[in-house]
Order: sequence, then structure tokens, then C-alpha cells
Amino acid sequence: MPRGRFGRRALITATAGAVMATSASAARAEAAAIDIGYIRWPQERQTISLLDKPPADDGLAGAKLGIDDNNTTGRFIGQQFELTDTVVRAGDDPVTALTTLGQRGITLILTDVPADLLLRLAAAGGAKGVTLFNVSAPDDTLRQHDCRANVIHVAPSRAMLADALAQYLVWKKWSRWVLAYGSHPDDTLLADAYRRAARRFGARIVKELEYKDTGGARQTDSGVVETQQRMPVFTQGLPDYDVLVTADENEVFANYLPFRTWDPRPVTGSAGLRPVSWDPSSESWGGTQLQDRFRRMAHRRMTPLDMQAWTAIRMIGEAASRASSVDSTKIMQYMKGADFGIAAYKGRELSLRDWDWQLRQPILLSDGRTIVSVSPQPGFLHQFTELDTLGFDRPETQCKLQ
Amino acid sequence: MQVAVTPGGRPLAWLLAGLFVAATPSPVSAYTAYVSNERDNTISVVDLDQMKTVKTVPAGQRPRGITITKDGKDILVCASDDDTIQIIDTETLRVVGTLPSGPDPETFALHVSGNPLYVSNEDDNMVTVIDVPARKVIAEIPTGVEPEGVAVSPDGETIVNTSETTNMAHFLDVKTHKMTASVLVGARPRDAMFKHDGSEVWVSSELGGTVSVIDPKKHVVTHKISFDVQGLRGDVIQPVGIQFTSDDATAFVALGPANRVVVIDAKTYKVRKYLLVGQRVWHMAFTPDQKYLLTSNGLSNDISVIDVAGLDVVKSVPVGRLPWGVVVSPK
Repeated sequence: MPRGRFGRRALITATAGAVMATSASAARAEAAAIDIGYIRWPQERQTISLLDKPPADDGLAGAKLGIDDNNTTGRFIGQQFELTDTVVRAGDDPVTALTTLGQRGITLILTDVPADLLLRLAAAGGAKGVTLFNVSAPDDTLRQHDCRANVIHVAPSRAMLADALAQYLVWKKWSRWVLAYGSHPDDTLLADAYRRAARRFGARIVKELEYKDTGGARQTDSGVVETQQRMPVFTQGLPDYDVLVTADENEVFANYLPFRTWDPRPVTGSAGLRPVSWDPSSESWGGTQLQDRFRRMAHRRMTPLDMQAWTAIRMIGEAASRASSVDSTKIMQYMKGADFGIAAYKGRELSLRDWDWQLRQPILLSDGRTIVSVSPQPGFLHQFTELDTLGFDRPETQCKLQ
Repeated sequence: MQVAVTPGGRPLAWLLAGLFVAATPSPVSAYTAYVSNERDNTISVVDLDQMKTVKTVPAGQRPRGITITKDGKDILVCASDDDTIQIIDTETLRVVGTLPSGPDPETFALHVSGNPLYVSNEDDNMVTVIDVPARKVIAEIPTGVEPEGVAVSPDGETIVNTSETTNMAHFLDVKTHKMTASVLVGARPRDAMFKHDGSEVWVSSELGGTVSVIDPKKHVVTHKISFDVQGLRGDVIQPVGIQFTSDDATAFVALGPANRVVVIDAKTYKVRKYLLVGQRVWHMAFTPDQKYLLTSNGLSNDISVIDVAGLDVVKSVPVGRLPWGVVVSPK
């Protein structure tokens, strides 16, 4: 039974409610308040499984819980956190949303937008002292050639996810892979990440398969019959291999593969055993409490995007409490300093890589029911922190922050 | 938890002592330790003369925090997933009652007078105050996100409660049940422990990897102790349980997955020694004569026995799966 009387209210205001928000903060003159922005670009996304349909408030609900948690802490030290959610739809200019937030004095903004929009926002916000928290875009280029000094990456990159899975497969001695990737540009980038991971950790890709997206519906009546015939053929006649690694960010084929491959082989990557920043089944390191708090608030399970948004909000709250200030400059100064760390139910303190502002973090390997393992795996050593065996490490970085 | 370390100072029952004279050539004690096994839903009963588990008793679901009443008559154990605290009679080793703990009780501390009990409700941002003999809730005190460690000051006037996600040590007034101060500490604070003279309260930060020394009058961190174990990366050093010797000269801190207990000079805050114990060591308890310190090792399913004078690990005793906490009977 939820009985908590505190920290259950998320202070959410829509951009249209600016007048209300102003009077509300005047009433709380004693607490120093900070408003955090959230720009999202909801896109229709098809999924193979009905169970994977993204909720309408995917990510936003995680941010709301983060605001609640920040405020529970904040009331002990006179800090108050609010969230302003802005939805950008096709045809809208996201830079307008940024300007509107800026007029309200909001300079710390979570973004759930694709890489190209993120770069436009970063350019527009740079002069205004805006810092963006990328909670969704996994593109490695945003951490490499296209890195920006005013973008913090809370979402793990494709390279981090691929490395996390690769370490586990190598630890299992499943080192002969077949790599099956989709025909979308995202899938090509993810396939690149798996090729890099195989090279780094000593796995061998014995065959590559491309699955062309020829369009069509994901679920159809009696579609199961067709899938049952199609998937074995797709995986027929392969050389000896241990495991199928799939790169299918658009849910075209990977989730059809488990139990339907020609040879009996486990499926990993975009289906089967998946590398994720969070899973609603994660219960270690106090995770149960977060899952319970989230379910009480949102009446659904907590997704990876929810976790990434929660973490971004908590990073801001944590830096504000350590810096004893809600001034965004002081918050960012602390967050980018050597002492910053954040706890996020993954057994280790997470911190920022100062060469590309990527949040270093363990990656969970989930089969959709339980957490099978957590990477980095034992034996993958690093002179500073094993978390830097995931993704692009300092010596490999192409990022020049400016 | 403070009760667990305070020597009972009670004479041994002569009959019991006599029995052990017959059994062993040099009887030291007839102490019994109780270990909560989080995964097995059991309590292991460890005879400290024989240094072995002599009995395994069923408990509620997910037993974690464990303590013993001042008279040594009853064990109290948080059955977290049953949302209750069970009372287990030490004579019969049967559950004789429950306390209305509120949801998901994780750990607790008895007041120095023996009553009431202060319980952290990990899932509910609350400390519940329970009258143990009456088995009634006296008060619920709102606290930070995910309350964890609870400690009672030796003068009985102050409760300290840590909150894992808020990253603070909260000071609560025993009489008014009001929060008097909140002190920011390192990430994911777990245990809080007062020195016996009440001059300091120490708080361990599991993910921050530090122990904060707090002045309980001024409510400020006066010192931060950090650790460096050769051959181990910093992020596996995760401090949890804290215990002071009765003269407050020495502190022991369990370092979790570093598989070590660190011995600290509690006056100078200098590390004296790292003792290798079992895997993922969390909580600890002294025998009443302070000869031994017992540690619960969650991943090796045992308790390590530390010789306090020699600063040496002398024995490991297998218990149930995922041992969480340990308490030694004052009798």
C-alpha cells in the first residue's frame, strides 16, 4: 500500500501554463526553485510484440519520478525542482521549443529527439548557456566527431550496448557469430558497433545476413504461419556458428527469430538476450524499490527510456545538492567536476567521461524476463575503471569538445 | 543494532557453563549468533563454542535486519517481503508474534532503553516507531528516499536514519519525532553508528566508497575516510556495516564486494589493516566479551570470525544462502 505523503507529487507544467507556474513559485519563496525542460519528439513506432508497444509517456514518467525523488531530497535543503514538458511534432521546429523554454529561464533540458535534431538544438542553445541531456539517441557519432560540449549523454551509445553483449558472449565462449542486420540506416550503425565489438573482444563473425525491410504490417491474423516458414529459410545454410547476433532497431525481423532459426541457436542483440540500460525485471542493488516507486506513480513498468530520463533528472538533483545551489552554471560545474557520481541501481557509481560527456554505466543483459548478467564481465580489465571497457575509451576518442 | 554490540555483562548461567566445561578443555563463552539468510528465508543459529551452525530455523520471506531484545529473550527479524517483523523466541526458536512494521521493513534499531523499535521502511520513505511489548505503531516519521540504516544515540535522545537515494543522514528527535537536521554524505549511505561515548556518528556510503564522520551536535561532517586496497579498483570498495569496540578506540567497517573488513583507528581515522573475509561482507556483530567480531558474507554463504585482539580472521562458518545480518545473544 502506498502510504507516502511526500514526494509523490510531480510538479509538471505545460508550456501553456506559464502564468500558473510563476504564481506557484512565488508562493514558495523560501525554497530555491529550478525548472528543468523536456523536449520530446514522439514517433510512431511499430513493434513485433504487442507487449513492446511504447507507452505514450515513455521517458516522461521516468523524469517525473526523478523530480519527485529530487524534491524529497530538496525539501531538506530548501531546493525545489519542476519539470516543463514540451512535445514537438512533425512540422514543428524544435528550436522554437528551445527558445520558448529559454524565455522561461530554463537552461537544463532533457531531449528525446533523433541525432540530427539534437545537433540543431545544441547549436541553437550553445550561445544561450543551454545544456542538453540526451536521454535517447544512441548514435556513436554524437560521442565522436559530432560531440558537443553542451550535450551530456545519459543514454548508452550503440558501441556500449554492443560491447556489453560481446563481453558476455565471449565469456560464455560463444565466439562464432552470425550477424543479422536490418536495412535501415540505424541497423547499419548498430551492425558496425557489433563488428567493432567482435574485433575488440576476440569474437568471429562467420557470416553476415541482411534482412531487407520490404514494408508491411508486423502483426496480422495467421501471420504466425508465414513467419514460421520464413525465418528458418532466412537462417538456412549458415556455416557453423554459436550464436545469432541481431541488429534491428526498427523491429522488422529480430523478434521473429527465437525458436525459428534453422539451426537451434540462441538469438541475441535486438531480440532474445538484449543489452539494455534498464529492464522492469531488474531487482538488484535496491532496484526493487525504484520499480515499486515507479509502478505506484505511473501504473506501468519502467522502460529503459524512463530510466535514462530518471537518471538525467537525478544527475541534476544530485549536482544541485552537492553544489548547494540551483543555479544551472554551478550545477553543471559540479557535474563536470571530478567528484561527481550518481547512484542508479546498477551496483556502481555512475560518472561522466570527461572526453565526450558520456555517462559511464554498467549495461544489463535481459532476456525480457530476468537479468541474465550485467556487463562489464569479469576478466575484461581496465587500468582506471572497467566501465570504460564499454564504448569508446579515452585513447580511441575522436571527440574534440568545444 | 547498537544493542547488538553492547556487552550484556551478564554472568553465564552456571549450568550452561558447566556443560561446556565438560565438552571443551578451555571454555570461553557459550555465545550464540543468529544470522538472517535473505535467500533461504531462514535464520541460522551458530554456536560460537563449536563455531558451527547448530540449527536452521524457518523465518518469513526475505529476512534481512536482525536484532535481539535487551533481555536476550527474543530475536526480531525484518521479513521484508511479508511486510512484517517477526518475533522469534530464543528458547523455542519459534515465531511467537509479529510487529506491525509497515511495508518492506529492511532494518531497524532498538532504543537504548530496550524499547521502542525504530524501523526503516525502504519502500515508503518512512521510519516507523513501534512499541515492542504492546506490538503497536507509535509514530511514522517521513524521511528521505529509501531509508536504510538506523542508529540510536547512547543518550537515547536522537535517532539517525540514512536515506540511500537522498544521500543524507537524517537526525530525528526521540521525544518529538521531528527531524532536526539532515547531513549530506557520499552516495548511497547504508549504515549509521554512534560511538559509545556519543561524540561521533559514522555513516558508510556504499557507492561513494567513503565513511563520513559526523558531529552529532553541530550536524556537520568533520572527516571523510576513504580506502585503498592494493590490487582492487576503487568501485568495488563499498562500505556498509560499521562497529566500534566498546572503548571507541577501533572501528571495523565491512567493505562489501571488496571482501574485506577494514580496521580503523577511531581517534586518528587512519586505516590500520584490511582483513580478508568472505564475499560481499555487509553486517557485523561483536560477541558480548568483544573477543570476536562476526561478519555476514552474502555471496560466500558464511560468516567470518575475526579475533579482535589479534586482528586476524580465525574461522569461517557456513550458514544459509545470502546471509544479510548477524546478531549475538547477550546471554
